[in-house]
Amino acid sequence: MNSTPSPEANNPAGGQQDERLRKLPFWKRALSRPEFGALAGTILVLAFFLVVASGTGMFTPSGIVVFLEVAAQLGIIATAAALLMIGGEFDLSIGSMIGLAGVLIAIPVVQYGWPMWMAILLAFSCAGLVGWANGYLVNRTGLPSFIVTLAFLFILRGLAIGISRLLTGRTQIGGVQDHIPGDWLASLFSGEVGTGLFNWMASHGWIGTNFAGNPAVTGIPVSIVWWLGLTALATWILLFTPYGNWIFASGGDANAARNSGVPVRRVKVSLFMFTALSATVFACLQVMDTGSADTLRGMLKELEAIIAVVIGGALLTGGYGSAIGAALGALIFGMVQMGIFYTGVNTDWFKVFLGVMLLVAVLFNNFMRKKALEAK
Amino acid sequence: MTEHKPMIEMCNVSKHFGSVIALSDISLKVHSGEVMCLLGDNGAGKSTLIKTLSGVHKPTHGEMLLDGKPVRFKSPAYALDAGIATVFQDLAMIPLMSITRNFFMGREPTVGWGPMKRIDWKYADRIAKQEMAKIGIDVRDPGQAVGTLSGGERQCVAIARAVYFGAKVLILDEPTSALGVKQASVVLRYIAKARADGLAVIFITHNVHHAYPVANAFTLLKRGGSLGSFRKEEITREEVLNMMAGGAELESLDAELAEFQRSDQQQSQVA
Ligand SMILES: Nc1ncnc2c1ncn2[C@@H]1O[C@H](COP(=O)(O)OP(=O)(O)OP(=O)(O)O)[C@@H](O)[C@H]1O
Ligand SMILES: [Mg+2]
Repeated sequence: MNSTPSPEANNPAGGQQDERLRKLPFWKRALSRPEFGALAGTILVLAFFLVVASGTGMFTPSGIVVFLEVAAQLGIIATAAALLMIGGEFDLSIGSMIGLAGVLIAIPVVQYGWPMWMAILLAFSCAGLVGWANGYLVNRTGLPSFIVTLAFLFILRGLAIGISRLLTGRTQIGGVQDHIPGDWLASLFSGEVGTGLFNWMASHGWIGTNFAGNPAVTGIPVSIVWWLGLTALATWILLFTPYGNWIFASGGDANAARNSGVPVRRVKVSLFMFTALSATVFACLQVMDTGSADTLRGMLKELEAIIAVVIGGALLTGGYGSAIGAALGALIFGMVQMGIFYTGVNTDWFKVFLGVMLLVAVLFNNFMRKKALEAK
Repeated sequence: MTEHKPMIEMCNVSKHFGSVIALSDISLKVHSGEVMCLLGDNGAGKSTLIKTLSGVHKPTHGEMLLDGKPVRFKSPAYALDAGIATVFQDLAMIPLMSITRNFFMGREPTVGWGPMKRIDWKYADRIAKQEMAKIGIDVRDPGQAVGTLSGGERQCVAIARAVYFGAKVLILDEPTSALGVKQASVVLRYIAKARADGLAVIFITHNVHHAYPVANAFTLLKRGGSLGSFRKEEITREEVLNMMAGGAELESLDAELAEFQRSDQQQSQVA
């Protein structure tokens, strides 16, 4: 080795400890994780609202469930958007896919009397097809996914409006809730989990009860379960599976990845399909929750998802990021949105706050990444 | 050669990029246990040739035989599966990924099965560190991002990876260009060992001191065409040097440099 001798290199070569390796304290190694910035941000935002919104009901059990639900909805699409961004691509058609999927579920059920599960499967199949088309076009044309999915942003929104006007004459389809009870597939997207547990906790006085004696929180909304499940799945994929390694490689340098034997095209197509499918999960939850579909649903969700992913520490250029970071990004998003509501600040300011936060997050992440590369 | 048919063979292969003719009518044979050195100027088509062999490019005309059987690789993954490992000139590394992730990219070792099937990181880290140690690089931390390695260290990761995964054919495109004397000699020893193990090796270099000791044969490319293959017995080191760089150019360079030196000395005497 022709490394220059350093003062602390006292033990000669052959010693167990490499003299060029400084032992880094735990916190310094934690700094080099992509989600560190988001974690710091989450703590900051949490602390802020704990002070500012104390006594407003934001941090009562039901208040917590509310902001977690907001975070969960965004988190579901942000997880998929994170994998896609790490894989080196964007999907701007997520929001329109949400609108279209809602319509595809509601119309067959309400207008044509399909069973719920069939309509849901139809929506998921169409989403898979849309994702595949996005990926295929990006692979085939070599165009930036920004352009291809921008086209689909308009195409899918137009289809949603066109189809529902053509078949129902309206842009809103209500009356879905009557078809939910008893449907095996719909039950995955509606209601709450652990109601028994919460009843039991309330009976022991661990959580408050309302005037009727029911627990203040009757269960965990399924959306939160979906969110946590998808985040765990994506984290598992990224950290522990060959496919996860291929995602990082495809986003880091598609050409080098291909030359090393990574099936880059298949990876990208599957990631586009995953975002479209996650948008459909979002749509299912929303349709079951509200009992209706609206062609304008999901507007701007694609940008919110990207914000969450970037706050979560992902690089816009691909090859770097984390699903846990995206989940924290979504959590920050949910806390800010509901925090502004609870503190009574005019909600007009929400978007200003959001934009500023995005800027701060990107600057902070850049700074941290430089620090991290030094720290290594 | 003891073997009858070559391990890898190109028959009248041409490669066009639109109007650019990067390779024209190249024929080449490498037997197992043999090192073929590809020589030629910058832009002669050496990298294009080995990229065609490793599945990056598909030949426009002609065919390739591996172990006597015609092959047509849809992508580099297929060439790797067939036992052809390549160190590309640009190394094909992902800077933001760790040494281990790069080392096993596309070839991840797994444990468990079904949904619990996962990368065996412990094993992967150990192998990556061990293979790098063999080449003479003592890796501090296999989790280090490749982008933070020195140029030579990065080249060693790519070489160690190809040597580890190469089963039949090992292709090295200027693998020693950034290496120190020690690491370069290790790479040459690797090539000799691969040859002894019965691999067919294709080796590109601009350094005659690296090429001559390990090569069994030389193929000279010029402007996309082949000027022929020569066995080592038929050719001296000086002739190889002449073919590689144009020996005449080097001689005139020598004369020029001597001239510089003289004027330097004169100046220092004046001062
Ligand atoms: N994808 C491509 N599209 C167009 N032309 C190409 C392409 N790849 C290579 N070429 C051309 O083919 C010729 C041969 O390139 P190649 O990279 O094979 O040279 P080389 O012999 O490896 O040179 P060097 O010693 O500098 O590495 C060059 O003139 C180059 O411009
Ligand atoms: Mg080259």
